[in-house]
Amino acid sequence: MKILVPIKRVPDPATTIRVLPDGSGIATDNVKWVINPFDEIAIEEALRIKEKQGGEVVLITIGQSTWQEQLRTGLAMGADRAILIKNDAALDSLALARILAKVIGDENPELVLLGKQAIDDDSNQVGQMLAEMLGWPQATFASKVEFADKKVTVTREVDGGLETIAFNLPAVVTTDLRLNEPRYASLPGIMKARKKELKEIPADSLGVDLAPKLKIKTLAAPPKRQAGRKVGSVQELVQVLHTEAKVI
Amino acid sequence: MADLLRDLDFFHIDELLTSEERATRDTVRRFISREVLPHIERHFANETFPKEIVPQMAELGMFGANLKGYGCAGMNNVAYGLIMQELEAADSGLRSFASVQSSLSMYAIYANGSEEQKKRYLPEMAKGRLIGCFGLTEPDHGSDPGGMETRARKDGDGWILNGTKRWITNGSIADLAIVWARVDEGITGFLVEKGTPGFSTRDIHGKFSMRASITSELIFEDVRLPASAHLPNARGLKAPLGCLTQARYGIAWGAIGAARTCYNCALDYTKSRKQFSRPLAGYQLVQNKLVKMLTEITKMQMICLRLAHLKDEGKYRPEHVSFAKRNNVNEALKIARDARDMLGANGIVNEYPVIRHLLNLETVNTYEGTFDVHTLILGRDITGENAFE
Repeated sequence: MKILVPIKRVPDPATTIRVLPDGSGIATDNVKWVINPFDEIAIEEALRIKEKQGGEVVLITIGQSTWQEQLRTGLAMGADRAILIKNDAALDSLALARILAKVIGDENPELVLLGKQAIDDDSNQVGQMLAEMLGWPQATFASKVEFADKKVTVTREVDGGLETIAFNLPAVVTTDLRLNEPRYASLPGIMKARKKELKEIPADSLGVDLAPKLKIKTLAAPPKRQAGRKVGSVQELVQVLHTEAKVI
Repeated sequence: MADLLRDLDFFHIDELLTSEERATRDTVRRFISREVLPHIERHFANETFPKEIVPQMAELGMFGANLKGYGCAGMNNVAYGLIMQELEAADSGLRSFASVQSSLSMYAIYANGSEEQKKRYLPEMAKGRLIGCFGLTEPDHGSDPGGMETRARKDGDGWILNGTKRWITNGSIADLAIVWARVDEGITGFLVEKGTPGFSTRDIHGKFSMRASITSELIFEDVRLPASAHLPNARGLKAPLGCLTQARYGIAWGAIGAARTCYNCALDYTKSRKQFSRPLAGYQLVQNKLVKMLTEITKMQMICLRLAHLKDEGKYRPEHVSFAKRNNVNEALKIARDARDMLGANGIVNEYPVIRHLLNLETVNTYEGTFDVHTLILGRDITGENAFE
């Protein structure tokens, strides 16, 4: 099965994020960049599917030349080749979905696997928009993905519990945290990745409308959390929860 | 507690690394963060080596990573150094294990072995299925290995080995010992497999340092070895010393890791702990220590990166490695001592990694050429005067 895995480069979750004084963005000096953790889970799932059924895992990202590094990491994990759609400006979810839809038209994968959201802006939109544009079935927040014939069965994590849905390929599946634990990129894998195909395509050559529909006006750090208060006993705690917090 | 494995990169040295080098570092860092750090204090307390992580380390390609062919990853020396740095950010004992497996044992065979020996042992060692140890030091011969008393004498086609080696990392858990011995022609090396009659090991207990690493004595009593156990290209003391140069190279990098963990810990601690009117980090004496640490770690990073490039270009000399090992380990030790001091009483408990690193670094400062011996090596290099004897 040919699987396309779109990935995004995001700041390392362990990095302390600082908002620029003018609120135009975050300070990027000395920020360590990684593959969006949900996308890494998507890569892992794609590799496991390939290991079982054969096929090809193709990575794609949309960003600057420096994003190659995250593609190489994915190739080091075991993906077969990668595509970088080069675009220097940040794009909104709709533009990203449009680009992906265009590339999918050329690549013809049977499955698109991607993170349910990126941990930088937490938009949680690209997968859904993409499925709609392609007219493909979609399953978001996947915690289990199984195949039988040409049918996929996906277990989804929803507010009330788990939901299981089945549909035909081709399809779009977005991954949740508990789907798998991604492998490490091994050192021989890192060496091999150097020789794998990484194609760069300028975004403006695709003939896709990239005009932003979303404008970020300003960014601000959340207000500092007030220190809590210590209570003396369980009895007092219950009372305070009842009379002051009014939660019980 | 914030992530103690985080980078310290004041001079944007990261930008001087290739993406493969960064990826290598990130893989190892992630590995130790998940698989090693949660268990390391227990191993240090119990005087055990975390042998269960060896297969994973092997699968990731960490053993013999800078050797070419024979199932090794074939990385450059920057990547190899970064592996050592990250392993020692967790524990010097873990880095010692990797150094002994890669730079001492595998390299000894790689540089001095026959093609048959390389094919037989190196792939198995890269896979972690065969663990090596390196027997050079003896009870009475540390800084002066040329005085070794272990002897091998010809016996038909083979050899008879007698002697004792001491302070041997991995000794009792090794499947294969690389043993240096005196023969009629001088010093040479032998491969002694575990279980060979007459070969026994005894672990050294009571260590206050390197407790998550096994240190043993190797005893050889009339050990009969076949001709195939001899390393044919090991002629003279320069053979084991060549291996030590490889290991010392990794140690110079490892020291950065240990120092970085101590610095990160001291920084976090002094920023969060308030005494009198403000955080400890707000006092001049504390800032002075932090800035000294930052400065020395940054210098260590620059020395190592330059050394790696010299090594990759084939231009480095053992004296360069002596310089880096001597400086980096000694500065790391001072940083660990300062960090211990800055943590106050908390600096002596294993809730924080600082005391463990401090105790470990006392060993690192001594083994693989003591601080003073490296001083003499460098003194001889710049003056032309040999002060060893």
